[in-house]
Amino acid sequence: MFIFALAFFTNAFAIAWKSTKGEKATRIATALTILGTAVIFVAIVARGMSAGRVPWSNMYEFSITGAFAFALAYLFTLRKYDLRWLGIFVTFSVLIVLGTAITLLYRPTAPLVPALKSTWLVIHVSAAIICGGVFLLANVIAATYLILEKYGDNRPAWAAKIPSLDVLDLLSYRLIAFVFPLWTFAVIAGAIWAESAWGRYWGWDPKETWAFITWVGYAAYLHARVTVGWKGRKAAWLCLIAGSTFLFNYVWVNVWGTGKHTYSGL
Amino acid sequence: MIFALRYVWRQLTSMRTALFLLLLLGLAAIPGSLVPQRTSSPIKVQEFFANNPGQAKLYDQLHLFDVYGSPWFSAIYILLFISLIGCVLPRTIEHAHTAMAAPPAAPSRLEKMEYFQEISGTLARAETILRKDRFRIRREANWISAEKGYLRETGNLFFHLSLILILLGISFSSLFGMRGDAIVNIGERFTNTPTSYDSINFGKLTSPSDLPPFLIKPTNFVAKYNPSTNQPLDYTLTVLTAPNPESKALEKIIKVNSPLKYGDTSIYLQANGYSPIVTVRDRTGKIRLQGPIPFLPQDGNLSSNGAIKVPDMEPQLGFVSQFFPTVDQPKGKPARSSYPEALDPRLFVAAYRGDLGLDSGTPQSIYKIDTKKLFQIGLESMKVGQTYTFEEGSITFEGYVPWVNLQIVKDPGKLLALIGALFAILGLLASLFARQRRIWIKAVAGDKLEIAGLAKNAAPGLENEILEIARKLN
Ligand code: HEM
Repeated sequence: MFIFALAFFTNAFAIAWKSTKGEKATRIATALTILGTAVIFVAIVARGMSAGRVPWSNMYEFSITGAFAFALAYLFTLRKYDLRWLGIFVTFSVLIVLGTAITLLYRPTAPLVPALKSTWLVIHVSAAIICGGVFLLANVIAATYLILEKYGDNRPAWAAKIPSLDVLDLLSYRLIAFVFPLWTFAVIAGAIWAESAWGRYWGWDPKETWAFITWVGYAAYLHARVTVGWKGRKAAWLCLIAGSTFLFNYVWVNVWGTGKHTYSGL
Repeated sequence: MIFALRYVWRQLTSMRTALFLLLLLGLAAIPGSLVPQRTSSPIKVQEFFANNPGQAKLYDQLHLFDVYGSPWFSAIYILLFISLIGCVLPRTIEHAHTAMAAPPAAPSRLEKMEYFQEISGTLARAETILRKDRFRIRREANWISAEKGYLRETGNLFFHLSLILILLGISFSSLFGMRGDAIVNIGERFTNTPTSYDSINFGKLTSPSDLPPFLIKPTNFVAKYNPSTNQPLDYTLTVLTAPNPESKALEKIIKVNSPLKYGDTSIYLQANGYSPIVTVRDRTGKIRLQGPIPFLPQDGNLSSNGAIKVPDMEPQLGFVSQFFPTVDQPKGKPARSSYPEALDPRLFVAAYRGDLGLDSGTPQSIYKIDTKKLFQIGLESMKVGQTYTFEEGSITFEGYVPWVNLQIVKDPGKLLALIGALFAILGLLASLFARQRRIWIKAVAGDKLEIAGLAKNAAPGLENEILEIARKLN
């Protein structure tokens, strides 16, 4: 099943690579990305059905769904803003995530341990995964900002299609302003679930702590922008720092961390 | 003096300070996720002390084993919340005033403002259009000032006030709440009094007499496991319970995600293990100890360690013990359990005699024996029903019962925190998605009008709105 998704993304990637050449190629690449994303979606549903539960309980499943969320966030943003210059990057990183998931993280389907059986799990995890996709997108844009800022007015040829710095800056802000409430909600849903499973809604477990740090980080970002008036480079750095706490939470806490969120050998 | 206080207050409630404190709070939360915490992993903290005593002492002085209760962590969030109150309350009052007052006057030269256009139409007509769009309007002789989107500021204030509500809920719980753990063997009765607990903590303004007088008697515990991965699939605990000793007991089910509730006290099923049942006799055959003894699980297959102590014998006896529900004894390796259900249970004991050290004054773990003043007699592995006889007496492995760890929590501020959290989200949505903007229209000459606007935080869409108004006016 996932081989399929992989194949589609390889295609999309290959074509997107050439897409600097022409409008038509870009269109085809976007269509393929949509198709690939749909295939991943089918794959996720299939995984869920074969396990008889929502497919979000180990790192393999998180990664696949996360890649899906990232691609979806890209496609949605595409409807409002022309982000196609990012296509190469998006397909490439989705490929890498899918690749690692399939080779390193694969686990056969297994039922849930008792603590994970809860509707709040579904709500909490799906919200968190969407946030992950959008945070990542915002960070990619902030990083692009920082890279292009170095070049100033004489951009290299590959960057010709990328919009102006101001647009990048505004775009990453919009994305974050959009997901911040969702992230707040994800953290709260997690707390509600923790309350019913572990008898406390907040216990400063490493995962909770880093979720809180990410939350504080993006709250600081919003303040810095809205009230202190940070823009451009400073805001982009703050966005990257807050984003890296999210990634750190995902990778480090899951793999090397201890605490109640570490289940079932990843 | 007053001047200095004012200065401090102004600094504290300034946006830059708030931003700084917010970033600091994030940074301050980090060490707690890297260093083991007393509240969540006390055993790891003990290990840390045993392995690096010098470093541990330094860490302890910096409160690194209890970051989230430490003075410096508290200082940061208390300052942040003072700053928050100092910032938000005046703004709330100010906002209430502006929401009631008319919009501010139009700027004198509209062509300096954004989206400036010259259009044709009349002020009266413009007023109707703006009113229809539910703008708040100030009409003067030759200009209109209109504003919309107060929801944004309202939502923003609501959000910040809700954060205060969450904090109030948390403080309320820590003052009036309680939390305790009790290990109860299946078939035994738990009465809710402080002495029934293995550990219990009361909030600063609560006392043991506030415990509701309920009773719980676990009657049956079923743990289902996946035979191929050994992972738990389901735990179901059946209990007989009554709100007080006088009333009739009812049968209830407790599961991992569904606690039993008495008012704002909840009883959670947290962990489970085995209690081997043993009988210890002295040389004459007189029973000196009998009953189930809870052992502490060491791994997912419930290999368990425990201590059987017989203090009222002379000399005292102690058994450093291990219990394996399904024993597996690979060659040349220590025994372990290969499955969490009791398919082939085995009790290993190392018998000691001498002084258990119970009178030394320092409290001892009930799962460990201090063997310093003890002399080892022998080792034995027993199946159910077997007896190990030694010079001082004998020990019989009679069987086993499961135990459950009941976590009993009273958290009266929980609801307040939850309400705060929900309001926070609503406020946040309003403040991030409502667009606050002003539109000014000025009569120039004849039916010529000038129009311009201003969007707070460069919210998108104002340009189209202005074009739309111009179109309608034509
Ligand atoms: C627990 C800490 C805090 C969090 C999580 C937090 C979060 C936020 C968020 C997410 C926004 C964005 C709303 C928007 O974009 O309109 C915001 C705006 C704002 N915050 Fe905070 N905040 C905190 C503390 C504070 C403090 C201490 C102050 C005052 C000193 C403050 C003053 C403001 C102001 C004035 C705005 C409004 C920006 C505007 O719309 O003009 N906040 N806050």
